[in-house]
Amino acid sequence: MQSKSLLELASAISSGAVRVVDLTFTLSPDFPVIVLPPEFGQAAPVRIQEISRYDGRGPAWYWNNVTFGEHTGTHFDAPIHWFTGKNLPNNAVDTMPAKDMIAPACVIDCSAQAAQDPDFLLTVPIVEAWEARHGRIPERNWVLLRTDWSKKGWRDYSNLGDDGAHTPGPNPAVMKWLVEERGVIGFGTETIGTDAGQAGHFEPPYPAHHFLHGAGRYGLQCLCNLDQLPATGAVIVASPLKIQNGSGSPLRVIALMSST
Amino acid sequence: MIEPIKPPRRKNPLLRTRLPASPPRPRSRMSHGFTRAAAEGRFMLQRCEACGTFAYPAREACPSCLSAGLAFVDAPRRGVLLAETTARVPSDVYFRERAPWRIGLIKMDCGPMIVAHLHADCAEGAAVSMSLQLDKSGQAVAFARPERETPNMADDKQWREMTADPKFRRVLVTNGRSVIGQEAVTALKAAGAKTVFVGIAEPWRPFAGEERLRGQDGIEIVTLDAADEKSATDLAADIGGKVDILVNTTEYVRPGGLLDRRGTSIARDEIDQAYLGFINLAQAFGPAMRMRGADGINSSAAWVNILSVYALANWPAFGAYSASQAACLSLSHCLRAELRPGGVRVMNLFTGPVDTEWFQTVPPPKVAPRAIAQAIVSGLKDGLEEMYVGDIAEEIRQRLAANPKALERELDR
Repeated sequence: MQSKSLLELASAISSGAVRVVDLTFTLSPDFPVIVLPPEFGQAAPVRIQEISRYDGRGPAWYWNNVTFGEHTGTHFDAPIHWFTGKNLPNNAVDTMPAKDMIAPACVIDCSAQAAQDPDFLLTVPIVEAWEARHGRIPERNWVLLRTDWSKKGWRDYSNLGDDGAHTPGPNPAVMKWLVEERGVIGFGTETIGTDAGQAGHFEPPYPAHHFLHGAGRYGLQCLCNLDQLPATGAVIVASPLKIQNGSGSPLRVIALMSST
Repeated sequence: MIEPIKPPRRKNPLLRTRLPASPPRPRSRMSHGFTRAAAEGRFMLQRCEACGTFAYPAREACPSCLSAGLAFVDAPRRGVLLAETTARVPSDVYFRERAPWRIGLIKMDCGPMIVAHLHADCAEGAAVSMSLQLDKSGQAVAFARPERETPNMADDKQWREMTADPKFRRVLVTNGRSVIGQEAVTALKAAGAKTVFVGIAEPWRPFAGEERLRGQDGIEIVTLDAADEKSATDLAADIGGKVDILVNTTEYVRPGGLLDRRGTSIARDEIDQAYLGFINLAQAFGPAMRMRGADGINSSAAWVNILSVYALANWPAFGAYSASQAACLSLSHCLRAELRPGGVRVMNLFTGPVDTEWFQTVPPPKVAPRAIAQAIVSGLKDGLEEMYVGDIAEEIRQRLAANPKALERELDR
């Protein structure tokens, strides 16, 4: 590729011919986190503590100390996050190839189904129907599941019942198929977790985590603004913090897309 | 007879809020024997170990036989009001603002004469029941009330200065998710609190009892995650000037000590919730409470902590939790000193294991959450500073006083 086309991309971004869509929620203390039984270790919630704010603690400057778990807010899952990916090379956020941080995305709109059924599951036939309209999912693409879940209030967003969360996600067969038959680079959702709320009861449990990370692929969750993306043609930039041996990290996810 | 106090009107924004003044503070070291008794709601006097004479005020030697063996012991409360007087223009700022103020001379059945603050229903020549109360300086004073209950007794102006009665006050219960929190809400409302604000962290998580809380008049659910600095500050920005009593119902119990836990993440959570949460609440709500200590019928009055009695002596089975509670206990003493200029009292309730899921495998006796809630209300009404709720808490206290080493060894099993 000639450097000229890269410069053309930069000027297209600058001119607005290429639109940049922010797919990220604001990292804030009140954003829901994954709920595990309390006897397990818990993700530390996001905490923002002022160091100074143009005051006696620092007269001319404002800054904060921030603490959070690796899996809070809009965040990235690396293969090392799951037992299936624990022995893969370069499986953590600091060692993963930087080129994997930029890839095209196929967006599968299931917002209508998710509106009807919070336990909606993406299946192989649904993806095949999508392919019939938009073409086969190319290798090393992200598959993003649009559910419009990100538009809900926090309670409906986490949608916790006394039998766990009820949020949409992929079924086991489609995850295995996307990884093995379509070679996706990763799978992204609007919900808390790449897996469905009830995925702990699937076989295998948490199939998105199981198959993606077992094959060295990635996860993105708590995405928003997927409704602004085309079915194909958007490019995702997802570069997690370079945390030593990190299993994931909150990050800024942006999409580049043609504005026409 | 006491006129019942009326619900306070809304504040006149043209008037400056009256700032708190404090009654005289100095006491002899010996006199703090009364402070200890008053803090726990006990009536204690010095009694000579040699001749049995009760003495008052606090002395170094028996006024009858000069023996130095004068220990504070629980004493009979009954006495007779011999004479009373009303101070109409006292020179002390605190009393001047509250004048007329009645005091009287009481002859105790057990011997000594005591000058005491008087409940309005005390009559000369009639029997009184004596108590030691903590005044707005946090110092013990003698207070005489009629021997028998009289109408609207708790509404007496002078008595109300000695207490933190929830009646007509606005209360913040910081954590309404827990059973203790919800029982506290119910008990405080029943005690006449005008409004109970109920803090709920992470409102997206459903919790048991939510519907019942939402359905009640005078109960306002507010978003509060005490462990989050911004959440505490944001809530204080809304209601900080209306919190007269703060009940810190933070509850974060996890089993385990040091060696059988891996890493520090649970310990961090314990510190985050209990200790840093306490600091966040204090910094967010404390300054306004300290400023509003003399703000009429619904002045700010009290801060309540519910602490594990294992703050006093580590229970290794819940060792790290015990340590977090010890940190909070220490912090409570700091808060007490810092709220003192406002006349706002800090009451610590010590409990043994509570009948909740985190003490599920601990054998009884366990403290019922309702008992804690009732103790909060009675402690506020009596103006206490230390309460031991339940048999275990009381027992730990006694064993600690008797022999801390024995207690340490015996908790280690």
